Amino acid sequence: MAAVKKLRWLGPAAIALGLLPLAKMAAELGLDRLGANPIEAVLNRLGFWTLTLLTLSLAATPAHEILGLSWPIRLRRTLGLLAFAYGALHLSWYVGIDKFFDLAGIARDVVKRKFITVGFIALVLLVPLAVTSTDRWVRRLGYKRWKRLHRLVYAAAILGVVHFLWRVKADHTEPLLFAAALGTLLAARVAVWARARLAKSRPRSPPARARPAA
Amino acid sequence: MARWTTEEKERDATPEALYLRRREFLALGAAGAVGALLPRGARAEPTGSALAVAKKTELAGGEAPTPWDGVTGYNNFYELGTDKDDPKRNAGSLKTRPWTVRIDGEVAKPQTVDIDALLEWAPLEERVYRMRCVEAWSMVIPWVGLPLAEVAKRVEPTSRAKFVRFETLLDKEQLPGQKRGVLPWPYVEALRIDEATHPLTLLAVGLYGRVLPGQNGAPVRLVVPWKYGFKGAKSLVKISFVESQPRTTWNDAAENEYGFYANVNPEVDHPRWSQARERRIGEFLRRKTLPFNGYGDQVASLYNGLDLRKNF
Repeated sequence: MAAVKKLRWLGPAAIALGLLPLAKMAAELGLDRLGANPIEAVLNRLGFWTLTLLTLSLAATPAHEILGLSWPIRLRRTLGLLAFAYGALHLSWYVGIDKFFDLAGIARDVVKRKFITVGFIALVLLVPLAVTSTDRWVRRLGYKRWKRLHRLVYAAAILGVVHFLWRVKADHTEPLLFAAALGTLLAARVAVWARARLAKSRPRSPPARARPAA
Repeated sequence: MARWTTEEKERDATPEALYLRRREFLALGAAGAVGALLPRGARAEPTGSALAVAKKTELAGGEAPTPWDGVTGYNNFYELGTDKDDPKRNAGSLKTRPWTVRIDGEVAKPQTVDIDALLEWAPLEERVYRMRCVEAWSMVIPWVGLPLAEVAKRVEPTSRAKFVRFETLLDKEQLPGQKRGVLPWPYVEALRIDEATHPLTLLAVGLYGRVLPGQNGAPVRLVVPWKYGFKGAKSLVKISFVESQPRTTWNDAAENEYGFYANVNPEVDHPRWSQARERRIGEFLRRKTLPFNGYGDQVASLYNGLDLRKNF
């Protein structure tokens, strides 16, 4: 408990660090350092940080269950909310700046362009998760139901990476790196689940989580 | 205690004039925020050796050219990196002298010509063209070059020459992007012979009256203003007059997305985005894309009887 108290700065630090790319972007935009097409540059960067933060938020649980680290769990909600904030800005930028409220054109895009369809769905899936991210909502839903609801994040993350993968023209390096990271994190969850099941079916084997929390 | 009377509060409140000025300030701030989205004018002057230009033709409807910074700092030249600012950063590895261009195939006089000799084949012209990228952005560019038709005259194509094939340098050291198989290398593009010899089709060797920078496809590249930018193969080492339609790079990579013709057409969407509008670099609102990029009067007759939806 003492260790937890000592890390009180962790949350604020994560928020500050998470907002740093946004501050940098704003500064570069103001100083005209984003190249000849700043509208596209901001859109792409907002998307990049959405996926990065979402991936980081998904690393918290495996870090706890496999590596035995407890502090990442305390950042999970913050990282998820930061990812949602970047995602919301990404969509807002597309609607309000890139397309300048060409609503008919946007509606056509969402329906016709597969990569926009999946990106849009991914962000919509994150809305209920952001709304129910408070402790009060965990209590209101009950932990089990809350947890089931928040499994939507897996679908959102997969669709987010597919959105990126389908968007690029030829160089798939970056989206594939996200896919690899996400794949690893999801595989880690399957491994933990399988180990737990195995432990249940063989009650005499040592408990799955042999390592005490740090 | 006496300090905090209502009377005092009233006096401390922002005077109306100042309050109004603050509103103005906020409005100004909002305008500034939108302004910040646009690159501010030409800051960098063109660099590089000046070229002797014999003739200037303005063919972009009188629009101001995109600033030098934009034209030379926002490029698709995957051989020098796939991000827009990579080519400028990596162009140093490209050595454009000495440089020769092999011209061969169905011609009476196949030859290998030194780039400096090629520059003497016809008086250099400045042509201000619109350039529409397949990614739905566009620029106005003052190219310097010579009509490809002049080159064709020199080598005398035979009656069997139906297409012209353009090949980019293949050299992993000079074009390090070729170390990665993002596209099949070397980059190849092609035109029908009547497109290639159309008076608008240019072999560009310069920009803004200066020698072409590496990131723009130095020392010599193709410019076909009524087609999407990817048709304009860069850093050419080989021009071949051939009988059958050559395979071309982007068409090979994704034939449903990049057609052989690649004429600018607002009615035929890229499967992943609309081609109806484009963002002119430096402008905030997207503008309507023109058929044949606005050069329909000059080139539409080349495609009489051709279904442009099928032959996109």
